[in-house]
Amino acid sequence: MSLSIDDVEKMSKLARIEIRESDINGYARDLSGILDLVDQLNATETTKIKPMAHPLDQTQRLRSDIVTEEDQRELFQSQAPQVESGLYLVPKVIE
Amino acid sequence: MYNKTIAEISAGLQKRDFSSEEITQAYLSRIKQHDEQLNCFISITEEFALAAAKNADQRLAKGESGGLIGVPIAHKDIFCTRDVKTSCASKMLDNFYAPYDATVVEQMNQAGCVMLGKLNMDEFAMGSSNETSFYGPVRNPWDQGCVPGGSSGGSAAAVSARLIPAATGTDTGGSIRQPAAFCGVTGLKPTYGRVSRYGMIAFASSLDQGGPLTRTAQDAAIMLQAMAGFDTRDSTSVDHPVDDYVSTLNRSLDGLKIGLPKEYFDDRLDTDIRRCVDEAIHEFTKLGAHVREVSLPNINLSVPVYYVVASAECSANLSRFDGVRYGYRCENPFDLDDLYSRSRGEAFGAEVKRRILMGTYALSTGYYDAYYLKAQKVRRLISEDFRQVFADVDILAAPTAPSTAFPIGAKTNDPISMYLSDIYTIAVNLAGIPAVSLPVGCVNNKPVGMQLIGNFFSEERLLNAAHQYQSVTDWHMRLPQGFE
Repeated sequence: MSLSIDDVEKMSKLARIEIRESDINGYARDLSGILDLVDQLNATETTKIKPMAHPLDQTQRLRSDIVTEEDQRELFQSQAPQVESGLYLVPKVIE
Repeated sequence: MYNKTIAEISAGLQKRDFSSEEITQAYLSRIKQHDEQLNCFISITEEFALAAAKNADQRLAKGESGGLIGVPIAHKDIFCTRDVKTSCASKMLDNFYAPYDATVVEQMNQAGCVMLGKLNMDEFAMGSSNETSFYGPVRNPWDQGCVPGGSSGGSAAAVSARLIPAATGTDTGGSIRQPAAFCGVTGLKPTYGRVSRYGMIAFASSLDQGGPLTRTAQDAAIMLQAMAGFDTRDSTSVDHPVDDYVSTLNRSLDGLKIGLPKEYFDDRLDTDIRRCVDEAIHEFTKLGAHVREVSLPNINLSVPVYYVVASAECSANLSRFDGVRYGYRCENPFDLDDLYSRSRGEAFGAEVKRRILMGTYALSTGYYDAYYLKAQKVRRLISEDFRQVFADVDILAAPTAPSTAFPIGAKTNDPISMYLSDIYTIAVNLAGIPAVSLPVGCVNNKPVGMQLIGNFFSEERLLNAAHQYQSVTDWHMRLPQGFE
């Protein structure tokens, strides 16, 4: 397999997604299959080709640096799992 | 009443044959009658719909004549709809009520459409069969043991079963066109940047595009007219003038040059599907078009390129779902890392997790050049292939899908096989060009679709060609058994 259990565990940490012990093998197998499919790209010569990020090669449009949005914090926080005094609450980060 | 197109409904409303309230009630009843079997809808917004219908009737009484006033539609559950559940068919957003309307939703509301509900889809638009939805699979009205295609499976099935005359969908790798083909309806993916992505929950930002699913090309033109346009709130929106898609539908096809990419018509193409597509192409020649073979030499690399680019972009886009500000949060997280990992681990389905992990790998240190950068270079080669053929022909014709609708469960254990069902649609997204799928036949009583593919901003020409074909054929008028 092109991807090991170790690789999957590393990726699951980077992506902050918990993968159950019982599922890791399955993901390793499926991801290896995808990587095998993707390896076809190596046979193509692309040294002089510019990467394409946007279909029309557009660049980021700029606008004037003026305020256009209004404060809707209360509305947006009305669905938050846990808020207090306008702040989102999460478990302590620093002891 | 339920077998009317948008054009027919609008004419009926203008002539006062019926009111928007009446036709809205008719569709709501039909949905209640059939949707338990099909599972097209995640939410049905009855009160909202009746209020919008009343409003539309008032506008009509004042003499307003817009082609969408009072017309019932539904939105794929990927579009944010204010105060209405917007789930993306995921447990992650099962509790999410959007605080704003997507631009597409605003546009359709302003045009006077009556939203009946939100449509089922593959989770976060990742899938080709509508089987990854948190709310269960959608069934194909033509054969309820089969998938409707995906990810806009709910949209395609609902239009096919006449539960609504039209729906919105999104297409990142074929997610409007492939379900349109499987369900025997018309589905258009516009040019990248033609339709605003503001409020359209992002999957792959350089590929996603919203578009209409309807029964006819004429209806698709009416929908696109309302959906297209520059939007300052979407930084990838293109400031290109919007054509008149409706008044040009009847232009003659005399002299139209249609290219057939030989790589799409090789031995791998199913013989029955080939026969349907060949017959459709013959109709185009009778309408005055000239057909010739063309080549897209790098097209076979589309699927690998897509599964690097789309996975990489989705891993970035879905990182916002962290259990902190909205959406699902796991119970009793013991620290911040646990909050992130368990919220995401518990709320994302297997396919979404697969793609995020793949994307994370492709973008990680040491692999970025080999995978993501490499894929972007091959993407440019694929895009160049299209640029070159459009110097010689006006549009391309090709099959939409390699098979008709497959049985539910047939491909769920084989992700690669599932990915290959997008083999004919994906390159179009990589190049950012528009394409429309229209029904051109049936095999074993299951619909077959054909794509017309055009150059940037050629939606007018594609819809014109599709409309002319639909004027001399009737595949788009056929109803699945049990839904007459």
